[in-house]
Amino acid sequence: MTLNTFRAGPDERGQFGIHGGRYVAETLMPLILAVERAYNEAKNDPAFHAEIKYHHKHYIGRPSPLYLAQRMTEHLGGAKIYFKREELNHTGAHKINNTIGQILLARRMGKTRIIAETGAGQHGVATATVCALFDLPCVVYMGETDIARQQPNVFRMKLLGAEVRPVASGSGTLKDAMNEALRDWVANVENTYYLIGTAAGPHPYPTMVRDFQSIIGEEVRAQIMAAEGRLPDTLVACIGGGSNAIGLFHPFLDDRNVTLVGVEAAGHGLKTKKHAASIEGGRPGVLHGNRTYLLQDEDGQIQEAHSISAGLDYPGVGPEHSWLHDVGRVEYVAATDKESLQAFQLCSKLEGIIPALEPAHALVEVIRRAPRLKKDHLLVVNLCGRGDKDIFTVADALGVKL
Amino acid sequence: MNGGDGRIARRFAALAREGRGGLVTFITAGDPDAKTSAKILCGLSGAGADLIELGMPFSDPMADGPAIQAASLRALRSGMTLKKTLAMVKDFRKRDADTPIVLMGYYNPIYIYGAPKFLADARAAGVDGLIVVDLPPEHDDELCLPAMQAGVNFIRLATPTTDDKRLPAVLNNTNGFVYYVSIMGITGTRAVSTDHVRQAVTRLKRHTKLPIAVGFGIRTPQQAAEVARVADAAVVGSALVQTLAGNLDKKGKAKPGLALAVLKQVAALAKGVRGARGKPVKAA
Repeated sequence: MTLNTFRAGPDERGQFGIHGGRYVAETLMPLILAVERAYNEAKNDPAFHAEIKYHHKHYIGRPSPLYLAQRMTEHLGGAKIYFKREELNHTGAHKINNTIGQILLARRMGKTRIIAETGAGQHGVATATVCALFDLPCVVYMGETDIARQQPNVFRMKLLGAEVRPVASGSGTLKDAMNEALRDWVANVENTYYLIGTAAGPHPYPTMVRDFQSIIGEEVRAQIMAAEGRLPDTLVACIGGGSNAIGLFHPFLDDRNVTLVGVEAAGHGLKTKKHAASIEGGRPGVLHGNRTYLLQDEDGQIQEAHSISAGLDYPGVGPEHSWLHDVGRVEYVAATDKESLQAFQLCSKLEGIIPALEPAHALVEVIRRAPRLKKDHLLVVNLCGRGDKDIFTVADALGVKL
Repeated sequence: MNGGDGRIARRFAALAREGRGGLVTFITAGDPDAKTSAKILCGLSGAGADLIELGMPFSDPMADGPAIQAASLRALRSGMTLKKTLAMVKDFRKRDADTPIVLMGYYNPIYIYGAPKFLADARAAGVDGLIVVDLPPEHDDELCLPAMQAGVNFIRLATPTTDDKRLPAVLNNTNGFVYYVSIMGITGTRAVSTDHVRQAVTRLKRHTKLPIAVGFGIRTPQQAAEVARVADAAVVGSALVQTLAGNLDKKGKAKPGLALAVLKQVAALAKGVRGARGKPVKAA
C-alpha cells in the first residue's frame, strides 16, 4: 500500500474506496446534504468545539481513565494490558460521545424532534439522555427481539422521557429498527433529525460519528504517552457498526507500528449461519445508505445477524472499516458467543469490572493474543460499555435463574 | 439513447393522442407466489393498466409502508429472486409486446447480480425501465448511465423535498417518465391532495418535457381520476397489494379468487382514469 495517509477519507462523494456513499431515497437527499453542510460549518466553528468540550468534561465525565489491568496482565502472562474505561462515561458506554455531538448539531440546524434506532439500547439511552438534557422530544425505534432481551434499557429510555417504538418487521433487531427510523425520517423530514448511533449510514454520518468518537483515541494517545512515554503496540476493539473501534483507531491510523485489531461477533461460529461477522462472513453490498460488507445471500437479500450481544447484532459494518479491511490497515477477527461469555466472567472476577458483552468480544482477542506477546508490549483494549444491562442475558446463557 | 423510441414513450404518446391520463399499477413479483403473481401480471393490461410497475422484492424495503413490506417478504418466502423476476417478464413479453414494464426496487439485489449483466438480461427479457429507490443522481455512474446506454429507461423519483435548485440534478440523467412521489413518507400511508399534485406537476413541467406519473397515496378510482386529470398518469400500488393480502388464507396462500379480485380493482381504477378528462368527476 502506497497511501501517504489513511486518515484523509472519505472523498467528496462520501466514499472510502468503494465503500460508503449516499444510497438513500430522493426524499432524504436534500436533508442529507443539509446535514453535511451543517456539519462542515460546525466543524469549523470554535464555539461548537467549545460546547462539545464543556459537555465532555462536565456531563460525560471525560477524560475516561486509561487503566492498567494488572491482574489480567499477570493472569495472561504476556502483554501489558490497559483498559480504556469508556464504560465509566455517563450512561455507561461510549455512545454518549456521539449523541452529545449530534444533538448540538441538530440544535444548530433548528430541528425540533429527534429520532434514533437502537440495538442493545445503549445508543437509545444515550440519545434519550441528551434529548432530556436539551428538552427535545425523542422517539427511539427498537426491534421487538431486542426489547425482550434489553428490558432495563427500555425502562431507562422511558424514564428519560423518550418514546420507545417496537419494531416487529424482519428479525426485530437493529437493522429493522434502522429501516423504521429511516421510514419515520422520510415522513417527517422538515422538523426531524435522525441521530444515527454508529459509524454507518449515508455520508456524512460515518465520518461525523467517527469524528465525535475520535476523542477515545486522542485521549488514549495522550494518556499512554503520559504513562509509558511511547505509543501503544496494539489496540483492540469490538465491531458491530464499529463506532467505538473507529473512534479508538482513527487517531492511530498513520502510526504504522501500531497494530489495530477489530473483533466481530462470531455468534455460534463463522461456519454456522448464526453470526454477525460482516467483514469475515459477508461481501460488499448496499444497505442503509452505504456500501459496505454485508451478510447477504446470493440474491442480495440481507440475512439476519446473530450475536449474544445485541449491540453487535447487525448484518453490516461501518464503511470505513470495510475500506480499512480492503487496504489491510486493520486486522479483523471474530469471537463467538461462548468465548465472549468466558471473557465476560474472567474480566469480572480478575478486575472487578463487569464489561458489556460487546467489549467482552474484544477481551476474547486480548486473551488469545496477550500470552504470546512480550511483557513490554503495550496493548490497549476499548472497554466501550459496562455489563449491567447484560446480566440477565448472561445469567440466562449460564443457566442461572434470577 | 433518450428512450424516445421505447415502449414507454410510445405508450405516453398514445395516451396523449387519446387525451387522457394513464393508469400505472404496481404489484410485487412473486407475491404471494410466482404462479399467482404471473397470472395477475398477464391480466393487468386487459383490465386497463397502461403501464406496469413490477416490484423486485427486497428484504429491507426502507421506503415502503407495511403493505408493500409484507408483499416483499411474502414474495421472498415463496422463493422469488431477481433472476425469477426477469424470467417472469420474459414470459409476459411472449404474450404482450406493447405494455411497458418498469422494474421497481432497491439497489442491492442488482448490485449483487452485477449491473452490466442485469441490464443485458433485463433488456433481453423485455424490461423497459427501472426505478431504483436508493440510487440518487449522486451515484449515476453505477446504474443510471449504463442503463440509458443499454436502452433501458432510468426513471427518477422526484419528491416534495426536491426543490427547484435540486430538480435539474434529478432530471439530468433520466428518461421514460418522471415519477412524482406526492407525499413525504413511505408508500401507502398518507392521502394525496389534488391541489398539491396540480402545483407539483406544473412545477415539474417547467423543468422537463418527460411525462409525469404521480404515486404514493392513491387508493380509489376517484383519487386516481383526480390525479390523472392533472398528471400524465396515476400510480396505484399499496391499495392493490392490500386487496391481494385480503385474499390470502390463514397460511398465507392465495385463495382461488385472488387474481380476479385484484384485476377487478384495476378495472375500476382504469374506468376512473379513463373518465377523468371527459367530464368533471364529482369531488369526494
